Amino acid sequence: MLRRYFKNILISTTLVFSVLLVPAQAAEVTKEQIKGLDEQVQDIKKDVLDLTSELTRLEEKLLFPSNTQVSLFVSLQGDKDFVLDSMQIKLDNKVVAQHLYTFKEIEALRAGGVQRIYTGNIKTGDHALVASFIGRAKSGNEYQRSEKFTVTKAVGPKFVEMQISGSSASDQTVSFKDW
Amino acid sequence: MLLRFITLLPALLCSLSVYAASGLKDVELRDLYFGEVLYYAYQDLHFDALATLDSELSQYYKLDESELDSFHKHLTQAEFSVGDIELQYRMNQRAGRAIQAVLGEGIDLAIRNQAALALANVFYKKNDPQSTLYALQLIREDPEKSRYEAKYSLDVLRGKEPETFRTDVAYLRALANIDIGQFTEAAKNLQLLRNERNLKGFVLYNLGIALIQSGEEQKGLEVLDELGQLELSDDGLLALKDKTNLKLAYRYLEKGNAREAQRRFERVRLDGPYSNRALLGAGWVAVSLGRFDRALVPWSILHEREKTNYSVQEVLMAVPYAYGKLNAHGKAANMYDYAMDVFADEIESLDDSIKTIRKGKFLTALLNEKARKDVNWVVNLRELPESPETRYILDLMASHDFQESYKNYKDLAGLRHHLDKWLADLRVYEEMVDIRRAYQEPLLPVVEKEFKKLDARVTLRLEQRENLATKLKNMLIAPRPDYLATATERQAMDTINALQEIIITRPELVSEDVVRRVNRLRGAVSWQVNSEYDQRLTDAYNNLISLDKIIKELKLRYNSFVRTRQAATQSYEGYIIPIRQLRTRLFAAQRKLKGVMAKQGRLLETMAINELDIRRKRLEEYQIKARFALAESYDRATKSSMDEEIKKQLDAQKTQEQKRQDRLAKEAAEEKAKLEPEIKPLFEEEAPPVKNSTFKDKLLGK
Repeated sequence: MLRRYFKNILISTTLVFSVLLVPAQAAEVTKEQIKGLDEQVQDIKKDVLDLTSELTRLEEKLLFPSNTQVSLFVSLQGDKDFVLDSMQIKLDNKVVAQHLYTFKEIEALRAGGVQRIYTGNIKTGDHALVASFIGRAKSGNEYQRSEKFTVTKAVGPKFVEMQISGSSASDQTVSFKDW
Repeated sequence: MLLRFITLLPALLCSLSVYAASGLKDVELRDLYFGEVLYYAYQDLHFDALATLDSELSQYYKLDESELDSFHKHLTQAEFSVGDIELQYRMNQRAGRAIQAVLGEGIDLAIRNQAALALANVFYKKNDPQSTLYALQLIREDPEKSRYEAKYSLDVLRGKEPETFRTDVAYLRALANIDIGQFTEAAKNLQLLRNERNLKGFVLYNLGIALIQSGEEQKGLEVLDELGQLELSDDGLLALKDKTNLKLAYRYLEKGNAREAQRRFERVRLDGPYSNRALLGAGWVAVSLGRFDRALVPWSILHEREKTNYSVQEVLMAVPYAYGKLNAHGKAANMYDYAMDVFADEIESLDDSIKTIRKGKFLTALLNEKARKDVNWVVNLRELPESPETRYILDLMASHDFQESYKNYKDLAGLRHHLDKWLADLRVYEEMVDIRRAYQEPLLPVVEKEFKKLDARVTLRLEQRENLATKLKNMLIAPRPDYLATATERQAMDTINALQEIIITRPELVSEDVVRRVNRLRGAVSWQVNSEYDQRLTDAYNNLISLDKIIKELKLRYNSFVRTRQAATQSYEGYIIPIRQLRTRLFAAQRKLKGVMAKQGRLLETMAINELDIRRKRLEEYQIKARFALAESYDRATKSSMDEEIKKQLDAQKTQEQKRQDRLAKEAAEEKAKLEPEIKPLFEEEAPPVKNSTFKDKLLGK
């Protein structure tokens, strides 16, 4: 009787170990499995997006209160032959943002997208803003421009758009728009 | 077999989009943050675009007078874009709901129609053709074509011509018809789109399928043949043309029409993605005509190509087969031997790949940043250290299911990164709040005390100013010159009034001259006050205006101080609980994500292992066949070699016999002549047969 019991134990232990030790065999992948997982992934995306939205608001409130907030945006309306390479932003004689553009970013700007290049805090009153860019024409000629603007910060958040435009690659300039 | 063509169709939807660079040039941007959303969306950074848009929309909905916000101008576009971007981020469930919301009553017909088309696209991508057709039925005829120019969907914002709207609707309807087996209806719709330049190849392809499936096989084949002969330059369309020709060729080959099959095979490009199968098929056409020598021409080209390809592996067996048929058994045996070596190497490589996948290296390679930036990343995955042999799973990796699963896995990795970053940021925010609290809390009570004092004084001054303003206002209606008397005048008047009182109470003390002088003095002061009243009132108003300027400055400073004091308190108050709650939710999301990511990863691994296993089994079958074929070829080669040897020996024997006969005859003649008998050996010893058994040695060796 005891022998039989040990035999049973031995068999079940062997079975358990064999299940654990045998490398996982490739199982069939069903459409339902793929669909089910896809739905779970969509749920997670929704959760993370909701969280991100809340966290962004919290971050803005904490880091950039509306009474001191300033945001600078870059848009491109220039000649198609002009390729924007980089931008540098100085606020009150201090470099606050520098950006090197990728092909995709330039395409997005050309299509009408607007890049938020800087968000920070400043006191109410006047502040000197200098926007400089480096770009190229299709011919390979390099162009550099620098334009000044006075940002007048009042109580509310301040938004300034810096639009690069021009009829040809060689006469691109930055114009500022207060929002 | 042709039904398999339809599986290609969902991918073709992507080609519907014709982008131009015009973009937002015709649209006035009213909100910079909406422009930022587009900036992300145009770069296919769907998560960033959605996060920004969600954030803007939720802030907008919380506003009291939201119509005054600049975002209001883009509200319809924004609500539409949410669904559009969600669709691109493969969030079909939410995208459907968002777009359905735009379908409500009372909405501009152009927007409604575009929303219905977008919704139909969602359903089609979810393999729900019935719902696709239902959504398409919601589209109404719009008499004003120009209204489609209002930019709503991202495609339209990117510059997609509104004129393609109707074409897109008709094409999608035809695809949905095919999916539910309404082939006649689909063929009818597609016939109307035959002249659409942008859809040319795809329309012909689907039309051909629809016609064949609806029973009009001849017409369908003619349409496919038309596509097979089109002059095209686009790579995608050229591939579609090759595929069409290939399918047509195999169809003719199956029906025994080798000549027609040959013509279609010849149309397939030699450097295209279907060239291997075309070369293989071209060989089989020659075989069906009994021309094994001709079959060797395309097969020999294919024989030198990448050994992991299905067609190349098949040709490794087909070439020696053809040589065997041409009685070149030695060559055939050699090539079977080579095939066996190749199969053995490939099986070993497959085994290694399966082991690597099981170790988790495949998933690591899939998320490799370097590989992601490489255009040819799928092929070059194997170049990464310890990554599996991806050449075998190229077809699998191009399949819809794998691609969707892979994209999900990649998205999950991106989300994991976001969650990790937010968790790290929250720790920093907490520290920041603590530092602010430690700095501000001891300062604020002192500031508050001073503020209270100043506040009382400011309030008093403001009240005084208000009183003054009220008095001046009343004086315009009821003039009160005495209010504007100077201090000297008021003092003089007081003295005069005192004297007047003495005159009244004790007249005996005052002479008439004094009374007269007092009255004159009163008259003089009163005259001065009344005659200068207008000027004084004007001066008082001017002074009030000057005072207002000072009061304004005072109010500004006061408000600024109040805001700063409020900001100082708000910089650390009210954050701890939200931060804790958000952290808990982030941890929960992270746990959930880890679980799903592990499942998604296992699914991808299983798919890859299954595919490699199929390839392995197929190679093993080839190996067995090659072994038998090698043995047979060897036998035939040996037999043929022995037959030749025997023939040679027989010929030699015949020659020797002849010589012997001649010699005997000669000797007999000489014997006769000499009459001297001489004994000679009758037969010469035969040379042993030459052994030529390299193939046999190899076989025995194996």
